[in-house]
Amino acid sequence: MTEIYKFIVNGRSISVDTDGTTPLLSVLREDLSLRGSKFGCGAEQCGACMVLIDGKPECACSREVAAVAGRTVTTVEGLSDNGALHPLQSALLDEQAGQCGYCLSGILISAAALLASNPDPSRPEIIAALDPHLCRCGIHNRVIRAVQKAGAAMAGARR
Amino acid sequence: MISNALPQSLVDNPLLSQWIAFTEPGRVRVGSGKVEIGQGILTALTQIAAEELDVRPDQINLVSGQTDISPAEGFTSGSYSVAVGGASIRLVCAEVRSLFLDRAAEALHCPAHELTIEDGRVLRAGKDTGCDYWSMAGAIELERRASGTAPVKRPSTYKVVGKHLPRLDLPAKVAGTGFIHDIAPENVMHSRVLRQPWRGAHLAALDENAVRKAAKAPIDILREGEFVAFTSNSEIAVMRAAEAARTVARWEGGTPPPDTAGTPAWLKTQVSRDKTTDIGKPGCASPGRAVEASYSRPFLTYGSIATSCALAEYTGGELKVWSHTQGPAVLRDWLAQALGLPAAQVTVHHRQGAGAYGHNTADDAAFDASFIAMRHPGRMVRVQWPREDEFAAAPISPAMSIKLRAVLDADNKPADWSIELWSPPHAQRPGMNGNSNLLGAEALPNFPPQKELKDVPDERGGGATRNAVPIYDLPNHRMIHHLLPKVPMRTSSLRGLGAWANVFAIESFVDELAEAAGIDPVTYRLSLLSDPRPRRVLETAARMSGWFEQGPLGEGRARGFGFARYKNLASFAAVVVEIEVEEEIRLRKFWCAADAGLVIAPDGARNQLEGGIIQGASFAMREQVRFEDGRSAIRSWEDYPILRFSDIPEIEIELIDNPDEPTLGLGEASIGPTGAAIGNALARALGKRIRDLPLTRDRIMATLLAE
Repeated sequence: MTEIYKFIVNGRSISVDTDGTTPLLSVLREDLSLRGSKFGCGAEQCGACMVLIDGKPECACSREVAAVAGRTVTTVEGLSDNGALHPLQSALLDEQAGQCGYCLSGILISAAALLASNPDPSRPEIIAALDPHLCRCGIHNRVIRAVQKAGAAMAGARR
Repeated sequence: MISNALPQSLVDNPLLSQWIAFTEPGRVRVGSGKVEIGQGILTALTQIAAEELDVRPDQINLVSGQTDISPAEGFTSGSYSVAVGGASIRLVCAEVRSLFLDRAAEALHCPAHELTIEDGRVLRAGKDTGCDYWSMAGAIELERRASGTAPVKRPSTYKVVGKHLPRLDLPAKVAGTGFIHDIAPENVMHSRVLRQPWRGAHLAALDENAVRKAAKAPIDILREGEFVAFTSNSEIAVMRAAEAARTVARWEGGTPPPDTAGTPAWLKTQVSRDKTTDIGKPGCASPGRAVEASYSRPFLTYGSIATSCALAEYTGGELKVWSHTQGPAVLRDWLAQALGLPAAQVTVHHRQGAGAYGHNTADDAAFDASFIAMRHPGRMVRVQWPREDEFAAAPISPAMSIKLRAVLDADNKPADWSIELWSPPHAQRPGMNGNSNLLGAEALPNFPPQKELKDVPDERGGGATRNAVPIYDLPNHRMIHHLLPKVPMRTSSLRGLGAWANVFAIESFVDELAEAAGIDPVTYRLSLLSDPRPRRVLETAARMSGWFEQGPLGEGRARGFGFARYKNLASFAAVVVEIEVEEEIRLRKFWCAADAGLVIAPDGARNQLEGGIIQGASFAMREQVRFEDGRSAIRSWEDYPILRFSDIPEIEIELIDNPDEPTLGLGEASIGPTGAAIGNALARALGKRIRDLPLTRDRIMATLLAE
């Protein structure tokens, strides 16, 4: 049984005709061709599929699409502004905070949510926000430095 | 000195034209058979090529792992990529530059030494001559054998190598793009394969109606032997089908492993092929104090954050495959063999996946996609493995048991030393031992009998024997290697191979000897090292951490030291850790000193050392593959916890500057010393040693309660 579900993705109104139990991740990647959010485990255990739902980081892999109807979703594609990198993306590059990079799109989402509510987070606060994310290459310290740097850059830009 | 002897990659791909082309104006196409697996190799190779050719890095178009146009360079593994692949590119580029300079000198009627190259343009006395690589390319035949004799640049003149060049692949990755998983051709056919839960398992029953119902959309079911694949235009449909099939499939026969698989006692009951290797005259030392201890490590898995993915299309007798394999040319040959196609009709295109920390399921996924594509000619088939299979059906890194024994002389130095190892083989990549080693092929009817398994030969660094011989000054050494070639699970390579356990065991044992002698463990190690190069690494780590100045840290806190030269021929790394122990280990800080000879990409090198420390700490503290009901008990991250952000302390790295020494492989160097440092710190904090990995809360509690 399919139905039409309407929601907002990266500022765009979307309507998809699908089975309501389809995972949001599947809709994003397959129906909307937004492939920045990754499949990692399908069980909310690794964070590779993290997206913002109404501004809050949530795993898209096991969230059913029916549950996001009428809500606002932001993916990594929605972080950059007309091709200009989000300060977090620039900071990740500055710190060379990546090896394989598969975990980064999810981490960016959680970090963006953190900085939106706390522009100058401490190391423990960053760790707490990023703890749902697994990284196997071992770039954790670089990511933490990048989040601090992005926070400072965003504060500077607001001044 | 950088050696001018031909590296293996250049022996295998001798023509300059296999490596380099000037087809696009202003750009240089450089080929490599080495592939990006998250380690930054494409950036390092680009730096080497740009340096020797005198072009900017952004003028290099590195074409990696395309079997129709890139050189064939075996597997990207063993920390060989810069040392062997990079050395080949260096020699080729130096020779090409020299050929072009000679030709320009002829055309300009001047001696070649008056000419220089900048951004690919030939200059004389700093002025443009009108000659460049592209204008001269038509006149210079590159289809000639590399001589390897052209002069390479001196490291002191380097402008690109050894300097910071940001990773070339990261801009795409911070945008969430650039992965094989994101390739989405029109009209693609999605597929998932049902895996045998153990080797040789026969599918006794599969309720196909239940599977179709669970899919919620039309699917096709392909069955041949024990190979079952679900295909559909909808990815979610085949994901649901595979999940349902895993639940309803009934399996029988085969060789399910017992729950005890991996314990030292189980390892010692396995069929064994034994080999003794002596250095000096072991057993001849005068009688002295003997010390003996046994260590063990469990089965491990690489635990990549992505699951494996592949695409394949079979059209007009030609098979095209897209894979994140570590060995595109080897995969092409063995896919061809397993599928009964001529190798010339198979092309493998490397595309990036998540990190490969060892032999993962990339090649298996490529086989799945290829086999299914051949049953659906003209359709592009895409396979992505479910997380459960990525854990439970992946090759695993062998459990090992290690016994060490030393006889100490009057100065407390080992006069006699022996190591005895029990381990399944550490390498079963495609083609090894003459077997295809592609999981899906095992499930097909008429799967050929498998040739006998061997371990990685010692001249390639060994498998179980990797780092089994310490680099300390030992007059006599005996190694007894029990290779266990018949274990019922698929064992293969994980970052460091046997070095992971051997360095843990040896460096723990050296601490035990130092303790027996009442000597500081770093001082004791230095007393066993006459070679100034490793001494400097130890001394640097000691200085960075204030090892000798640090007084007692208080209840439950301690520092530990670990050191090794990876494979005894790659990079040197010493690691110091500070920990705090209550019920479990809490990491407080790492310091690491390393000597990798000439470092091509300094930040990349640091990134690899940091990553190795975190992975090594995770192996040491958390990780273990267990078996239950005849199959792997690992199906999710809950079953296989790894270190997280909240576990990871700050890490300080110092690379010892050694630019006139050849580049040494570094990607695996910090892992073993990290495990050993944690084990040694734990022993000091508890006053009692745990010799079996992982160093979990359960083991720590049991040790504390035993007192």
